[in-house]
Amino acid sequence: MANLIKTKRGLDIAINGAAEEGIAKTIYSQVISIIPDHYHGITPKMLVKEGDSVLAGTPLFYSKTKEQMKFVSPVSGTVKAVHRGDRRKLLRIEIECDKKNTSVSFAKSNPALMSAEAIKDLLLESGLWAYIKQRPYDVIANPDKAPKAIFISSFDSSPLAPNNEFVLAKQLADFQTGIDALKKLTTGKVHLGVRAGSNFFKQIKNVEITNYQGPHPIGNVGIQINQIDPINKGEVVWTIQAQDLVYIGRLFNKGVVDLERTLAITGPEVIKPHYINTIAGTSIDLLVAGNTTKSFALRYISGNVLTGLQIASNGILDPYATQITVLKEGEETHEMFGWALPRINKFSASGTYFTGMLQKVFGKKDFDYDARLLGGVRAIVMSGEYDKVLPMDIYPEFLIKAMIAGNIDKMEALGAYEIAPEDLALCEFVCTSKLPLQHIVREALDTLRKELE
Amino acid sequence: MNALRKLVDKVKPNFEKGGKLEKLHSVFDGFETFLFVPNSRSKNGTHIHDAIDTKRTMSTVIVALIPALLFGMYNVGYQHYLAIGQQVSFIDTFIFGALGVLPFIVVSYGVGLGIEFIVAQIKGHEIQEGFLVSGFLIPLIVPIDTPLWMVAVATAFAVIFAKEVFGGTGMNIFNIALITRVFLFFAYPTYMSGDTVWVRTSDTFGLGAGKVVDGFSGATVLGQVATASSPNINIMSTVGQPFGFLDGFLGLIPGSIGETSTLAILIGALLLLITRIASWKTMFSVFAGGAVMAYIFNIIGPDTASANFPWYNHLVFGGFAFGAVFMATDPVTSARTETGKYIYGALIGMFTIVVRVLNPGYPEGMMLAILLMNIFAPLIDYFIVEANIKRRLKRATN
Repeated sequence: MANLIKTKRGLDIAINGAAEEGIAKTIYSQVISIIPDHYHGITPKMLVKEGDSVLAGTPLFYSKTKEQMKFVSPVSGTVKAVHRGDRRKLLRIEIECDKKNTSVSFAKSNPALMSAEAIKDLLLESGLWAYIKQRPYDVIANPDKAPKAIFISSFDSSPLAPNNEFVLAKQLADFQTGIDALKKLTTGKVHLGVRAGSNFFKQIKNVEITNYQGPHPIGNVGIQINQIDPINKGEVVWTIQAQDLVYIGRLFNKGVVDLERTLAITGPEVIKPHYINTIAGTSIDLLVAGNTTKSFALRYISGNVLTGLQIASNGILDPYATQITVLKEGEETHEMFGWALPRINKFSASGTYFTGMLQKVFGKKDFDYDARLLGGVRAIVMSGEYDKVLPMDIYPEFLIKAMIAGNIDKMEALGAYEIAPEDLALCEFVCTSKLPLQHIVREALDTLRKELE
Repeated sequence: MNALRKLVDKVKPNFEKGGKLEKLHSVFDGFETFLFVPNSRSKNGTHIHDAIDTKRTMSTVIVALIPALLFGMYNVGYQHYLAIGQQVSFIDTFIFGALGVLPFIVVSYGVGLGIEFIVAQIKGHEIQEGFLVSGFLIPLIVPIDTPLWMVAVATAFAVIFAKEVFGGTGMNIFNIALITRVFLFFAYPTYMSGDTVWVRTSDTFGLGAGKVVDGFSGATVLGQVATASSPNINIMSTVGQPFGFLDGFLGLIPGSIGETSTLAILIGALLLLITRIASWKTMFSVFAGGAVMAYIFNIIGPDTASANFPWYNHLVFGGFAFGAVFMATDPVTSARTETGKYIYGALIGMFTIVVRVLNPGYPEGMMLAILLMNIFAPLIDYFIVEANIKRRLKRATN
């Protein structure tokens, strides 16, 4: 019987626009763009030039500091353009698709029979390594440092997140192969976090299954690590998203790099929220075309409303995204005396609005969510707000203050190694003082990494 | 509303960088965000936000203070007419009190917000809402006969030296309103204690003139207890009627303007607890700590009037309830860890009673106890956070 971990800390933000299950179609854009900045913390060195023809899985660039770490083309075609910015910074590589989607062919293999080194080399060469992330610092895993454990969260608890049981329904074999491969890369355990009550993953072997029950952010792998096997100084844990694990499975089972994934198109401004199959690097205007409301300025998010990247209406889907969310911007909204009125159309987790209660009783979802901060940025005033939505043995407010002050020793002591920006996303949502917590955490982790590596 | 919005949009460019009135940007921004919810949007990070902001938080506290204010106004009138031995209608009583109290509110807000606006402008900050609460608290914790110029001086001192030099709302170590009170207390001791300031015996703007009745004594209950010559005293009103627990709870007693009615304060407390603006942990612990300490003195304390003063009376007379509900729970100056709040609150309650009982110079201990614990709040948090750090270190070495 798998372990069960329960928590009440957290908050499920209910929003309209959850995707209806059922795949409509597969959409790629004609031109696929690769943006190196989507791979946080690497400096890219180009391997191809304009006019080169590439296959799915052909390396486009590699990491300057870890030369074996390659980043590959998701499709076959021709390199159409390489855009560079100031000081020749690599901004974007455009690939004209040939619509054949031929992959570099790798040998089909059974990870159980391979050595750890061989698996690692294959993942690095095929570009799939980019999907394995590490804590501390929440960056692409350093292949030279063995992890004490590998954590996979099988479910996403963030607002409007895709249902992985639906997404993975026909891909469990690849999922299993992915796990088998990762199992070889650590001497510790491979942990799979499962939502309590789900039997979907019970056939999966080679993993330590733990059941979790509670509101978001319980599906965040960072929370699960902290609950089971927290990261100490000097230790490394690797993580990978469930859907990305399937890529690794496909590589071993079929010998191809196939980066097709299932994406949920969600959000209150999407007319018909649904799932589609697509590929990272696709321009999202194709994905949402004709499916959004028109009367307001809209915000497109590659990812969910808490942690996603804001992109233009023709922006590029980032490689880790599992959903797109479309929201109102709200710049034209001027609420008179909003701070003093009852505002039953606005959600608040605090008791100063009745809407928290309304939601509990009626399960109301149609609150007016838009991208406004709904207040001014202030110094931290309220206490205990963050603790209520972060089920970790960490004092978030004190950690944030250490991060703002840039006090490295304090950050270390207070648990900076254990968190990623996404873990503090809910804290940022409820913050009365409207502080950009994820940004603060990201900067602090980058500083830590620079100082200590 | 649209017309107003258009007007705001029309004058806005004047206040922005390069505009004619650029120097007044903070003030304009303060008014604009007062009128309309700002429509600034997140650039990175979380794309949606909770509807709470500091304006909402602070205005909730102000609403919670209104019962105490209204009761305070009535009580000022009630005490006055009791002192001059006249019977007047409820409305007249209230009007007398309101006229007495309003100048305090005007002075407190005028001075405090004036400084806030100037500092925000100098620093180029947005105007912070913290003083909206402090400025409302100040009139409620001073005696009605405090000269207004003293309130103005004390408010200016508190806002500048207890808040702005530390960096503004959220950065201060001490509760601003209490610094105002403590400044008055130590700078003008004769006006802030004794038995002549708690009840207005003269007229207010020509209203309610009369002669004080024979046998009138303006001492507060705690004042009577502190100066009692025998260990057993009977507390009484200004005109010699006996007082009991219920009088203290309802609040028709002499005292600082807003602190007398425990009932009115508890109505505010209820709002603060429902909205979860104030921590029930702090609030509860102050009452619990005070009750326990007073009970200990009741049993084994020295044989003085204040040690013998029943523990339940300690909680309803003086500024105990007001301090517990509105001052101790100030999130900025209180302990910020959840465990710390229990310790912080309990120690405030206990020190209050210790000061009341063991120091005859200070009949009331609430103000001093809270300020003392303001100093210790970071230390309490330090130990609690340090325990977390040690746990993490231990985990690493095992």
